[in-house]
Amino acid sequence: MSTLHVPTMAEMMAQGQTPDILFWVGCSGSFDDRAKKITKAVVKILNKCNVNFAVLGAEESCTGDPAKRAGNEFTFQMQAMMNIQVLDGYEVKRIVTACPHCFNTLKNEYPELGGKYEVIHHTELIQDLINQGKLALEGGSTFKGKKITFHDPCYLGRANDVYEAPRVLIEKLDAELVEMKRCKTNGLCCGAGGAQMFKEAEKGNKEINVERTEDALETNATIIATGCPFCNTMMTDGVKNFNKEHEIQVLDVAELIANAADL
Amino acid sequence: MIAAIIFSALFFGGFGFFIWNMMKIRSNILLGKDIDRKDRSSDRWKTMILVAFGQKKMFTRPIPALLHLAIYAAFIITQIELIEIIIDGVSGSHRFFVDALGGFYTFMISFIEILSVLALVATIAFLSRRNILKLARFQKPEMKGFPTRDANMILFMEIILVSFIFTMNGADEVRQVLETGTGYGFAISSHVGPLLFGGITDLHTLHLLEQIGWWGHLAMVLAFLNYLPYSKHFHILLAFPNTYYSNLEKKGKFNNMEAVTNEVKLMLDPTADPYAAPATDAAPQRFGAKDVTDLTWKNLMDAYTCTECGRCTSACPANITGKKLSPRKIMMDTRDRLTEVGDNRRKHGADYSDGKSLLGDYITEEEVWACTSCNACVQECPVNIDPLSIIIDLRRFLVMEESKVPTELTGMLTNIENNGAPWQFSPADRGNWIHEA
Repeated sequence: MSTLHVPTMAEMMAQGQTPDILFWVGCSGSFDDRAKKITKAVVKILNKCNVNFAVLGAEESCTGDPAKRAGNEFTFQMQAMMNIQVLDGYEVKRIVTACPHCFNTLKNEYPELGGKYEVIHHTELIQDLINQGKLALEGGSTFKGKKITFHDPCYLGRANDVYEAPRVLIEKLDAELVEMKRCKTNGLCCGAGGAQMFKEAEKGNKEINVERTEDALETNATIIATGCPFCNTMMTDGVKNFNKEHEIQVLDVAELIANAADL
Repeated sequence: MIAAIIFSALFFGGFGFFIWNMMKIRSNILLGKDIDRKDRSSDRWKTMILVAFGQKKMFTRPIPALLHLAIYAAFIITQIELIEIIIDGVSGSHRFFVDALGGFYTFMISFIEILSVLALVATIAFLSRRNILKLARFQKPEMKGFPTRDANMILFMEIILVSFIFTMNGADEVRQVLETGTGYGFAISSHVGPLLFGGITDLHTLHLLEQIGWWGHLAMVLAFLNYLPYSKHFHILLAFPNTYYSNLEKKGKFNNMEAVTNEVKLMLDPTADPYAAPATDAAPQRFGAKDVTDLTWKNLMDAYTCTECGRCTSACPANITGKKLSPRKIMMDTRDRLTEVGDNRRKHGADYSDGKSLLGDYITEEEVWACTSCNACVQECPVNIDPLSIIIDLRRFLVMEESKVPTELTGMLTNIENNGAPWQFSPADRGNWIHEA
């Protein structure tokens, strides 16, 4: 495996360089073992395309999204303002992130607190790179003919109207994109949003991720693609709940692309 | 003459009472906190025309959308006939427009009649969906009692209304044929009339039947109009302003709390004087919402606009998986509580408190915490109601005013505050993944 080249903003600044884009990794992408693989897949793609990027490393901190959804505006704004100080300190203009929650918060909720950046989701950036001819999916064979279904992350889809970028990427894999009965604007939540990721669900008769996994199983897809580390966790758990983890993979779109591009 | 007086009394009395109720509802809505929804007026008009007038969001479910369209179109177009009824009622004329419009009049009334039949079919279909097919979204716990009766009541009123139209036109057709040899030629009643009243040769009886239809129709219109403010059916009016004042931002964007921003800025500002008196213009206010008066007027307008269709609830991941949360119930509770608060204020004065509140007495913490903030309810609503913003404001009150946070979330919040991540990892380790390759 080729080594990853991941410069930090501090390192670049020390060398008098300015990256074109900041890769906002997020808490999940930094600390969660499964999500770290997504982070690395994104980096592989960025490296392959020679994208001039940097990460904040230890200077990054939670965007405050789960605090805001949980109703704690104080904690959210403290986080936001500290992050904005760091981002503005490095004169960041463009941000890419693989987490729809970070994406939504940075894009929509930071501007009113003074943090104005162009924020894109990693699927949008990858789509751009392919369109510009910087990334070619030579193989294609890895996923050729496989059935892949895409689970819309709420904070990417309904919250920000990004439905097409991940789908365009899946179609580039030469795979068969199969839609769940509830998709796009009607997509069902994986159950993690609104700070639910960090607590037990209220009393009910079913877990939300199990309900959603059933939608995915109905499609007979062998790969469930997501664009969110939290959806990934929830869907992975859902697949395990049905003892299907040997037949069905839950992968981020970035992982699919990195794999297809032999990275 | 007597008829004209009775008509005017009924008509103006009915309208007056309606307007009085409208004013009450307006003052209730204005109990909400201010929010700016007057910007981007061209986008707002566009939204209103597409979503309310054009019923764009209804068509994600085509069958009820078509049935609903039939009733909606009939309702709108019947208003033309109502104009004639008013003129006839006040002036004592009979079919005021018939001579002036000629063939077009026949076409117009025929058009109304065809739509009325479609509406009748749709109404029966809707009654069946609720009472025979028992669609799941109409059987939820919040629909028990008045809400179900309310829905059926409206549908029955529509059937009666349509029946009066055909009694009026049908009897008039038969009478016209007897008197002049040729009828009006209205598309439906020229056939239905003879079928129902063909055996009657007495002009008086026919005239009486026509009058029963005419007065009955008028009485039903006025009854319907005055039932609206007490009913979920109010959406036929409020759908328009409610979609005009829609949230035009991305759904993922939760509003920024200015009051918090000011405090956080002070906290982060090393030069701030910790003993400085707060700015005098900043009235002490509650963080989040405990009662309806803590919500915005748009939240309150949403509550009055809700027609309890339950699309939100049927798309809610929490509700689908058996949790207590139902976005429709959030809206119904908000309206019920607002009506109560409004009545109390009118009866006992603005400072009166009945010791109750929206949160606690109507909506439980369990409901509030079951939300995944996925926006499915907001997406689903055919009239752009936003239950999520109410849920978040209730959470804000629980967390920031009462420190009532589910235990696991306390841990998550502490972690964010202490180490900048929702889990207990050292911030210094955030970049470790870089070297793990």
